Amino acid sequence: MNVKIENLTKVFPGRDRKSEGVTAVDEFTLDIPDGKLVCLLGPSGCGKSTLLYMISGLEHPTSGKIFFGEKDVTDIPPEKRGVGLVFQNYALYPHLTVRQIIKFPLENVKGEARLSKEDMEKRALEVAKLVQIDGLMDRKPGQMSGGQQQRVAIARALAKMPDVLLMDEPLSNLDARLRLHTREEIRRIQKETGITTIFVTHDQEEAMSISDMIVVMKDGILNQLGKPQEVYDDPVNLFVASFLGTPKINIFKGFVKNGGLYVGSDDKAEKILDVNGIDDRQVWIGIRPEGFEIAKDGKLTCSLKGVDVMGRDISVVCSHPADDEVIRAIISAENDVDRDAQTVRFNVKPHKTFIFDRETDERIRFS
Amino acid sequence: MSKKTLSGTNGVATNIRGWVYLLPALIFLIAFMVYPLIDVFIYSFEEGYNSASQSSFGVGLYNYQYVLRDPYFLKAVKNTFILVIITVPTSTILSLLIALGLNSIRALKNLFQTVFFLPYVTNTLAVGLVFMILFRKTPYSDGLVNALIGKFGISPVDFIDGPYWAKMLVLSIYVIWIVMPFKILILTSALASVPEVYYQSARIDGTSSWRMFWRITLPMISPMIVYLVITGFIGAFKAYSDAVAIFGVNLNAAGMNTIVGYVYDMLYGDGGGYPSYASSAAIILFAIVLTITVINLIVSRKATDIT
Repeated sequence: MNVKIENLTKVFPGRDRKSEGVTAVDEFTLDIPDGKLVCLLGPSGCGKSTLLYMISGLEHPTSGKIFFGEKDVTDIPPEKRGVGLVFQNYALYPHLTVRQIIKFPLENVKGEARLSKEDMEKRALEVAKLVQIDGLMDRKPGQMSGGQQQRVAIARALAKMPDVLLMDEPLSNLDARLRLHTREEIRRIQKETGITTIFVTHDQEEAMSISDMIVVMKDGILNQLGKPQEVYDDPVNLFVASFLGTPKINIFKGFVKNGGLYVGSDDKAEKILDVNGIDDRQVWIGIRPEGFEIAKDGKLTCSLKGVDVMGRDISVVCSHPADDEVIRAIISAENDVDRDAQTVRFNVKPHKTFIFDRETDERIRFS
Repeated sequence: MSKKTLSGTNGVATNIRGWVYLLPALIFLIAFMVYPLIDVFIYSFEEGYNSASQSSFGVGLYNYQYVLRDPYFLKAVKNTFILVIITVPTSTILSLLIALGLNSIRALKNLFQTVFFLPYVTNTLAVGLVFMILFRKTPYSDGLVNALIGKFGISPVDFIDGPYWAKMLVLSIYVIWIVMPFKILILTSALASVPEVYYQSARIDGTSSWRMFWRITLPMISPMIVYLVITGFIGAFKAYSDAVAIFGVNLNAAGMNTIVGYVYDMLYGDGGGYPSYASSAAIILFAIVLTITVINLIVSRKATDIT
């Protein structure tokens, strides 16, 4: 089922009458196509969980509308929306066994839609098999690892065959290895069931690796929406560019003058690219780590701090006066870097270089 | 001093230090709990023990035989059991209902919490006096409660000095009233400690509030309920001051004596001066409480296994 969100706003009231409310989600409009896995991505406090809870119905929006398919569900209570929700800490009832937990939503159903006891058992076993916990049906949550609990939570959400599956940071309580494995699992389960899935995370790597579409949020506002690679290759502003990608994008102070892009701010500024169609102005220059090429006569000179070998690639760690942070350049291991040199010189790849307005942080495109 | 003892990793040194820390408490516990307990146990087998001369006629089960045949004791046991059976479940269920109510309101929550806690900090005898005034029937007035039930066409009853059931009713209401604040306090905090996310999850899954209570709330707070029931049983078996507050010190005359009251009477009452009988009665009470508590623990453990 496709999910449509129109001008959705959520304002949490202040603690008392004097203090102002907090706008968690601001005029959010989004269209999620049927059967896709979509990530809501953003830093802590950006309103992504609030948005998810509004879609689930646990939070009521201040204004705006939510549609499931053609149906307006804005005022429909959560239990009638047909959503499954996986909570960040799983919310598994500690006194019930896995079998009882998975059957719990099924037993809530009344009337004709209620399954017979045998069918409930069958359905519970089906979803348990799907998430590969069918061997643990009689355990209680306390007797399982974090990864297994997480699967039970997914199984419970899937048992009632929801139209939309919502997940609130489902991997944040798992250790690094398990997280990697579980995200593949979530991808597989989503593919197998074809349920429209909305997934909240602050981990850009997680979002990039499993989603069909990512929604980058900041301060309750939608910044960019698109396929992971598109968003990475074509960020709309400085925030999106710096939020996505590991190692992080390198941000330099610079300016545009007479169709040339300069790094630095004074007479010593280095011209690194020819850019057309931009008026002279102060800018931020973002260069992805893979956007550097080592060259003897390179246009950008950095002081070399170290070289990390990572097998296939090498990571050149250096610094530049126009960037307060450490610069990381990732280049092919075939390059030969003189570790003892004081400086290292780069040329930059134009399609890995982004220019942002110094004031508004908005992307300025060049040709 | 070696580094080891300083950091407390040395086993023997830590052990000794631990015991030294416990010593003050242990001394008091042994002097005022363990020693008297053993003493009472011994007296209960010593026939006609006299605390002044520290002498007795002999050793045997005579004290127990006497106490168990004493109609006053049997009356006290009956009263105590009725009181326990009425007050423990009633007060626990009522407290749970009030705690659930307190937990679900927002406005005036603190006010009501304070109101429900007031009886806990009010003097027992003062409350008893109020109860007496509310329920008493005198030649001049039928009392407030009688006036109220009179509106429903029920003829006035003397609750303080009348039929047995009426007196038991007043005593039960009084005990329930006295024990509820503590139970409400414990249950309110137990309810508040159930993570909200369980209810959110249940809501998403379309759980009715009835089912939420039975399948989530109750199992989650069941350890606290077990605790309250066990301490409630023990407390109710030890009821004494409650009866005194309403019926005065001559409980045998009122027919409202309790086991602890019987023990007291045997020691200091009008017909008192029988430490041996008092000791046996106390040991019998101890045996009853112990048995009930063990049964309670077994039952509750089975019950929590099922849920």
